[in-house]
Amino acid sequence: MFVLDTIAHRLKRGCETMAYPKGPAPALPDRHGGALKVDATKCADGCTACVPVCPTQAIARPDGKPVALDLGRCIFCAACVDVCPPKAITQTGDHRMAVRHREDLVLGEPGQEQVRLAVALDEKLRRLFGRSLRLRQVSAGGCAACEADTNVLGTIGWDLGRFGIQFVASPRHADGLLITGPVTKNMELALQKTYAAVAAPKIVIAVGACAIAGGPFVGHAQVHNGASAIVPVDLFIPGCPPHPLTILDGLLRMLDRLEETPRGCKALHSTA
Amino acid sequence: MSASTSFALLANATSIPWAEVPAWPVAELVRRTAGELTRGARLCAWFGVPEGAETRLVAVLAFDADNTLAVGRSAPFTGAYPALTTTHPQAHLFEREVWEQHGLAPEGHPWLKPVRKNNGNAPANGEFFRVDGREVHEVAVGPVHAGIIEPGHFRFQCAGEEVLHLEIALGYQHRGVEEALAGGPHLATMSQMETVAGDTTIAHATAHATIMESLAGTEAPLRAQWLRAIALELERLANHTGDMGALANDVAFLPTSSACGKIRGDFLNLTALVCGNRFGRGLVRPGGCRHDLEPERVAQLLERLKPALADTEQAVAWFWDAASVRARFENVGTVFPAQASEIGMVGPAARACGLVRDVRYDHPAGWHRFAQAPVAVWPSGDVFARARVRSLEIQRSGQYLCEQLATPVEGDLRSELPPPAPETLAVALVEGWRGEVCHVALTDAAGRFRRYKIIDPSFHNWTGLALALRGTAISDFPICNKSFNLSYCGFDL
Repeated sequence: MFVLDTIAHRLKRGCETMAYPKGPAPALPDRHGGALKVDATKCADGCTACVPVCPTQAIARPDGKPVALDLGRCIFCAACVDVCPPKAITQTGDHRMAVRHREDLVLGEPGQEQVRLAVALDEKLRRLFGRSLRLRQVSAGGCAACEADTNVLGTIGWDLGRFGIQFVASPRHADGLLITGPVTKNMELALQKTYAAVAAPKIVIAVGACAIAGGPFVGHAQVHNGASAIVPVDLFIPGCPPHPLTILDGLLRMLDRLEETPRGCKALHSTA
Repeated sequence: MSASTSFALLANATSIPWAEVPAWPVAELVRRTAGELTRGARLCAWFGVPEGAETRLVAVLAFDADNTLAVGRSAPFTGAYPALTTTHPQAHLFEREVWEQHGLAPEGHPWLKPVRKNNGNAPANGEFFRVDGREVHEVAVGPVHAGIIEPGHFRFQCAGEEVLHLEIALGYQHRGVEEALAGGPHLATMSQMETVAGDTTIAHATAHATIMESLAGTEAPLRAQWLRAIALELERLANHTGDMGALANDVAFLPTSSACGKIRGDFLNLTALVCGNRFGRGLVRPGGCRHDLEPERVAQLLERLKPALADTEQAVAWFWDAASVRARFENVGTVFPAQASEIGMVGPAARACGLVRDVRYDHPAGWHRFAQAPVAVWPSGDVFARARVRSLEIQRSGQYLCEQLATPVEGDLRSELPPPAPETLAVALVEGWRGEVCHVALTDAAGRFRRYKIIDPSFHNWTGLALALRGTAISDFPICNKSFNLSYCGFDL
């Protein structure tokens, strides 16, 4: 009976894949907070209240300079938000955080209050990967939460396959790597070999605070502080772990598959 | 049984002055520990505490039937000692670890090799056990696997399809969690405890918070204990549901696989409703909880929980109704009860071998002193049993959550903790979704961590997976592996 039962159930439920990106993005949980914003002009002179509360030393305030918050190191505990007297550090509720360059995650300077969102790959790579991107995931330390929320993108609610993005079993079949974890010394060789096995041109995506900067394990002798120490990284997606929506946004942004891109360039599928 | 022990007794989530822990010459500690294990105690922890140039061994035992724990220690020593493993295999990884960390050689240990030690840019795997013969072939898998999963190396010795032996080499995720705790707690400690195993955030965070509270001679306010118990069951529901989906996927039973993949996300989102993070980061803190569950949030949680539970019930019913699924799971990857007991398995994998073993019931602490869910047990020890125990636990966790959410506890959510007691040993066990999460802390004269030991349930259970594969077709490895779904990062620390 289960055949009829499952078919009937399916018909009743209909399509369970979210409308995003054509429709609105699903709301983040209200306590999530999203990306942080730093308005250093609000900082009181000499105030460093946020610096010592950060568990990953993501915040610095050099003498005479505005506060600098590195969203790549951030694990989004919001301790700094809680202690900041003039509310210079605030939560935006925005799920979009992926950037192409490491320095685009550093917030604080005038004009750099928020992350500088990723621009799409150049035209040649977009032509190659825009409608079909195969990734090999390498887990290299960390806690496996980033892996779990990357896996979620394959479920029916998110259906990553509809964008032509797929995780494959062999680096030989892949166009690039998606790396999680700070890259432990024990995974260094395996990551190097996996990277070498991917045919060029190839891209590397670092997902999560660990893969960007070491995360909660930053500075440990047993880890490199992020994937950049071993391989060149093309896309950084912050979070601990990043919400699946943040990861998806990063992937689509890089492939120019979002309607509203920061550069306003046309999506590849409409020109090809 | 515990009444006549020479070890010092303590309850879960309590502490004992270091000076009151009985100390014996190491051979005597091994002999007494062996005696208790033979009488039915279980080895929760076995680790070294450096003392000058020498090391003391510490044994933490659980007398499950008596709801009590016991500790003993050796006099400081260096060099070799008679291995406990020779009579009690549940000590085998502990003794390898002690040898790796402190250089204490367990004499007579049958397979002494590194656990997670670094050898340049890869772990020091050492020699693998090899079966020789013309028909025998070796299959090496990993560290990078085919799916989105953690790294580990599996070395199979096969005769045709049949696996004669599987050796599992881990350590790839070793990121120095325990080493970093020395002299702590530090500013990063809480976030590191939440990421010992990312899918077990609530259990590890609760164990650590309990340690800090016990060292401070107090406990978290009841409302916080209630909230931790709720978060713990949400964590169990999400992971068990995900595992049911993954098992269905591995036998190509897609309706359950698709449904459970999505429902797992629904459960993760309930944790996010409580604290903002789908894995429970930022919720549990020493002294209490950081986010409250106000009445309107309780109502919202219940409103979303009930349809998710109903969806799970239906998706899992399809799965059990299908003879094709049952046939794939029955008599595959069997661990016999005697083996499970001998290697000290814990959690759902042990309960699937008929062992009635659950920290929530055997060693209740926190909210579990007041409210418990029945222990789910199945006797057959195979993939079927491990799936069955999970689906029973989904039902019972769901029921438990509905009951507890209906009766919220009033009061504070967080209390200020006094400083931790000096020269004190504290033990905290929490039944995470994979089984017993064990944290042991020993403070120095200033109340800082002199030694902090973490034992993830996977540390006990990886050997169970290796045993499950014996005599099984290598093509059944994926379902055997999924049926355990053990943590690499929790093991590697």
